[in-house]
Amino acid sequence: MPLPRRQLLSLFAAGAGAMFVAPEIVFARAATDRRFVFIIQRGAADGLDTVIPYADPAYAGLRGALAIDPADATRLDGMFALHPALVETAKLYQGGQMLCVHAVASPYRERSHFDAQNVLETGGTAPYALRDGWLNRLVSLLPRGEDNAIAFAPTVPMALRGPAEVSSYAPSALPQATDDLLLRVGQLYQADRQLHALWSAAMETRGLASDKGDSRQDAAGLGRTAGSFLARPDGARIAMIETGGWDTHSGQNGRLAYGLKQLDILIASLRDGLGPVWDQTTVLVATEFGRTAAVNGTGGTDHGTGSAAMLLGGRVNGGRVVADWPGLAPGALYDGRDLRPTMNINALVAGVAAQTFALDPGKVAATLFSSEHVLRPIEGLLWI
Amino acid sequence: MSDQAIALNRFGLGVRPDEAPPAAPKAWLLDQLDRYEARPAAWAAQPTSRALALGFVEGRADRQRKEADAATKIAARRKLRMQARETYVSAVNARADSALTTPAPIVERLVHFWSNHFAISADKLVAMPFAGSFEAEAIRPNVLGRFSDMLIAVEQHPAMQLFLDQVASIGPNSRLASMAAGRNPNRKFGLNENLAREIMELHTLGVRSGYSQADVTQLAQAMTGWSISGLGSGPVARVAAIDVDSAEADPGAFVFRPALHEPGPRQIIGVVYDQPGEGQARAVLLDLATSPATARHVATKLARHFVADEPPPALVTRLAAAFLKTGGDLPTLYRTLIDAPEAWAAPGTKFKTPWDWLISSLRGLGRRDVAGLQVLPMTNQLGQPVWRPGSPAGWDDVAASWAAPDALVRRVEMAQRLANSVGDRIDARTLGPRLLPAVLTSATLGAISRADSASTGLALLLVSPEFQRR
Repeated sequence: MPLPRRQLLSLFAAGAGAMFVAPEIVFARAATDRRFVFIIQRGAADGLDTVIPYADPAYAGLRGALAIDPADATRLDGMFALHPALVETAKLYQGGQMLCVHAVASPYRERSHFDAQNVLETGGTAPYALRDGWLNRLVSLLPRGEDNAIAFAPTVPMALRGPAEVSSYAPSALPQATDDLLLRVGQLYQADRQLHALWSAAMETRGLASDKGDSRQDAAGLGRTAGSFLARPDGARIAMIETGGWDTHSGQNGRLAYGLKQLDILIASLRDGLGPVWDQTTVLVATEFGRTAAVNGTGGTDHGTGSAAMLLGGRVNGGRVVADWPGLAPGALYDGRDLRPTMNINALVAGVAAQTFALDPGKVAATLFSSEHVLRPIEGLLWI
Repeated sequence: MSDQAIALNRFGLGVRPDEAPPAAPKAWLLDQLDRYEARPAAWAAQPTSRALALGFVEGRADRQRKEADAATKIAARRKLRMQARETYVSAVNARADSALTTPAPIVERLVHFWSNHFAISADKLVAMPFAGSFEAEAIRPNVLGRFSDMLIAVEQHPAMQLFLDQVASIGPNSRLASMAAGRNPNRKFGLNENLAREIMELHTLGVRSGYSQADVTQLAQAMTGWSISGLGSGPVARVAAIDVDSAEADPGAFVFRPALHEPGPRQIIGVVYDQPGEGQARAVLLDLATSPATARHVATKLARHFVADEPPPALVTRLAAAFLKTGGDLPTLYRTLIDAPEAWAAPGTKFKTPWDWLISSLRGLGRRDVAGLQVLPMTNQLGQPVWRPGSPAGWDDVAASWAAPDALVRRVEMAQRLANSVGDRIDARTLGPRLLPAVLTSATLGAISRADSASTGLALLLVSPEFQRR
């Protein structure tokens, strides 16, 4: 039975006021008791400083001032450690409910955000080759339920667009301009004398010159709301949350730490909101590509290729890092600059989707990623 | 190369990606003078002044019934205020709808220009419900006519009369004043100079152009009797019961009330006007409308709006000459403007006002209507609430008024909101060159392409330096 709209309205008005770095939730429904949440990190999140290959001999030299000291991080195994900001996530890892995937990428090999996100979300092998998203195709594979899916966002993201119905509902609060956008505008106005002067004045007033953290964000409220909605017996089964601010070309230390902290809060409150349903839930966190192995001249990194992904949930066969690690030696870097990908993210997605909903992996691969000729879904990600 | 950008963005209201760019920009603009619709669908659905006034008259009758207790009266007043606000809000949306789909963007822009030149402000509650009908009835039908016709229509419209307190302006020696003095010698009935002053200072001659305070008072006296049917209160309403010449059966319509009129000839800027009744003020207005000072005033404002904050003196002179030569024929003025080389010299000379920016953004995003948007609050957030400039001088037309630190941040916030609601359905990398032909810089295009999501790229396009100007 579809959730009455009024209940949805009051549900949303209560919880998610502002959004952390503008995340938005999108839901779809199907008749199963499993849940699947896709958290996308828009802007090419840096996998190397999130799941840190501290034992790789080249890491510290490449990253210079950006290198995370393993003593500060959470040791995952003999090779990798988790960024210190991911506190709750680390606990999930230690409890066996989180696994990391590394050196993973979509088939896309250029470096444009827009095009790469399109490939990531459509499951195509080239940008704009497909007009719908793999998450929507997944909805169509599930037992026919009330196909009354609702998107908690002004617009349905590409991954959830397609023939399976997903309606949208815009959150009540007006987001303020994200810090990322304000920074980009500042760069845009550099060469314009009139606007540059005005903008500097505006930013001074806002205190962006200082490193003050921004308390507008409400990742906790958002996660709890999404979780509680997914937990309802007649609620959605599939959700997508969009996060941004990951494009750390400069000031990566502070900005990545902040982003990961918000992500950590989001994940923890999502788990709390789901309650016992957490045991039936799988969360996938992924980004469109990674960042350069070496630090750049502005304390950041530029667009790369391979990155990291995370799986979390009550059924995850976790407590490990799944990676065919190529290393960061000069000869091992892709294009001489990026982490070389050794896994196709589509194989990861197909495996997660199939195991989450107990579907035939071959069928899932063929439906979600029809453009791929040979796709072997990763196995053993979840306890069945 | 940038002629297209100038035609579309400076003279027009901004590129619509679903319309082909004009091959001959000047001809395209001139052609629009023939395509203009004074009463397009968006406006046709709005209530007329007459309909609105009828509603108020009926509401007032309810309030004034003797049986009505205090609570009923308060409730009725609240209902009236809410209706006034609803009308205002709805009219703002209609104005935006019209701007999004007009077949004649330059004429639509001129409507906005004149509406601001003859500004009323909705923060005066009595004028608020008529703000939309003012633009629809006094400005739109006259934008391609003669200045004098527009002037008369404006000064006779209920919005202007109510805004500047003309409705109950009473001549000191008028019939009503004499009768009332007879009854109560201590009670003074007032001449109101507000409208007369603004007519000279703002609408026609311009400030400090050779008229004196005495001239203002004389014009105010000449204008007594110029009133609106059905909307007077107090002594004016009582006059309606006495004065057999007034037509109270047509609320909202302009009416001349002889009982309010100051009798006798008036002398204004050296000219004696001895016409009887309504014709007296009309004769003054016609002379003001064709005065060299008015020509210069209008020319300056038009050149400022279309070319530069500091209007080129040669252009102002040419425009004023065209105005005088034709006795204020507006299309001639517009053609002179379109022909002016100064207007085509360089793009991006004018910083967009919030209204300019918002409409060009919505057009650029391909919107054909404002469904789902509340335009009035949006213009308020951006610092330019439609029809509410707070003064009869209207909004300023120079960058200093609009290019301010916080105003820029508001635009960025709104751009993000507009872009988020579009998501990745529009690619700013291809939209940019369409909206800003030959004007978009490689730096801006680069910034757009490097954005971390499609909607960020779109927001950057909308706040780019090139898009902030026309």
